[in-house]
Amino acid sequence: MFWMNSDDQGHAGEPLCQAVLLALDGVSDPEIPAVSIRELGMVHRVTAEEDVISVELLPTFVGCPALELIRGKVIERLTAQFHAKRVNVSFVMTQPWTSQRITSVGIEKLRAFGIAPPVRREPRCLVPPPCPYCGASDTRIENLFGPTACRSLFYCTSCQQPFEGMKAV
Amino acid sequence: MKNTDACPSSIPPQLRTALVDFLYQLADDELVVGHRNSEWLGVAPDIEEDVAFASMAQDEIGHATYFYGLLEALGEGRADDLAFVRTVTERRNAVLTEQQNGDWATTIIRHYLYDLFESVRLKALVASAYEPVAQGANKMLREEYYHLLHMGTWFRRLAMNGGVARSRIECALALVWKDVADLFTLGEHREILVREGIITMDEPELYAAWEREVTQVFTELQLQWPGSPQLPAERGRVGQHTIHLQTLLADMGEVYLTYPQTNW
Repeated sequence: MFWMNSDDQGHAGEPLCQAVLLALDGVSDPEIPAVSIRELGMVHRVTAEEDVISVELLPTFVGCPALELIRGKVIERLTAQFHAKRVNVSFVMTQPWTSQRITSVGIEKLRAFGIAPPVRREPRCLVPPPCPYCGASDTRIENLFGPTACRSLFYCTSCQQPFEGMKAV
Repeated sequence: MKNTDACPSSIPPQLRTALVDFLYQLADDELVVGHRNSEWLGVAPDIEEDVAFASMAQDEIGHATYFYGLLEALGEGRADDLAFVRTVTERRNAVLTEQQNGDWATTIIRHYLYDLFESVRLKALVASAYEPVAQGANKMLREEYYHLLHMGTWFRRLAMNGGVARSRIECALALVWKDVADLFTLGEHREILVREGIITMDEPELYAAWEREVTQVFTELQLQWPGSPQLPAERGRVGQHTIHLQTLLADMGEVYLTYPQTNW
């Protein structure tokens, strides 16, 4: 049995695990189609056995309603590529997903999509991020809560655009 | 409990009973608070609060789902049935959580005091001897930051505004204070829960940690300390509840209970 953590992606790994990880690059977040679940740092571990591929994912938020959708997309994607294998997808919290797990490529893609990357948070205030459209830093919080559990709403006073930002968790 | 084994069959019966009771406390608190949040959907003072309360409801009910899932793994039955079908006397949520939302000030202060309690309790669970509880707490604590920040901002805004806002906050505080003490009770298995490290704080420690936070904020806002909270007539942790929980469960379960066999 071989396994590798997503964090190990830079190292030489067992070829099948490596192929599975690459395939997961093709599974996008249903609510942010610009980034893959791997770029979001949701892939915890991939295990390859003779006839089973197991993927452990970290939920971004415990109550995220997109989780079942993501599970289905991963099964669909991996079954299409590795037809001879059974695919198991589980959500684990052996380590918590944090916004620091988003890769640098993921952060760039979020910004290009119009979502500001997660920012510093302090006990009694959240520091608003720079505007993803014009880069200005005179932004303000509109709402800590947004269209999905993982996003907040901001407003840029410079280019007068509302925008979303990933919550720092 | 010395190890972190989550295998249900390896847990001694007495500890298992205590753990199950405690998981119901965690799940029921979150489900009931989450449902009360969802009641603001469409009628909150502005659209931002519609979004905020819907989002917080989703978070809290997600946490409840996690704990009901742990109960399901322990052989307690299907998570959906645990949420919708159990009777009032089987519920273990603190009575504070089941009270009606009331006006905006009551909603804000009840939720703020609950969120402060919840973050204290989650901190007392991140090193739980029951590993699934520790993992969940570690994750939930990161999410609760946003609830606390949101409610704290509203609480300060209303209390510092003077006029009607201030007087409503003072009225709401007196009302909510009658039920807060129930939060800190751990039910009839309190000793074993603490002794076995399921939770790493006992009842007085939970209360003391909460009181430290609350007194600091009250001092800052020049709100008079209402005195040491007294236990209400009904004790939620042993299945005693007010009429409001009955109504809430009937509303929440109306669709589910109409066709329990349907796959929603």
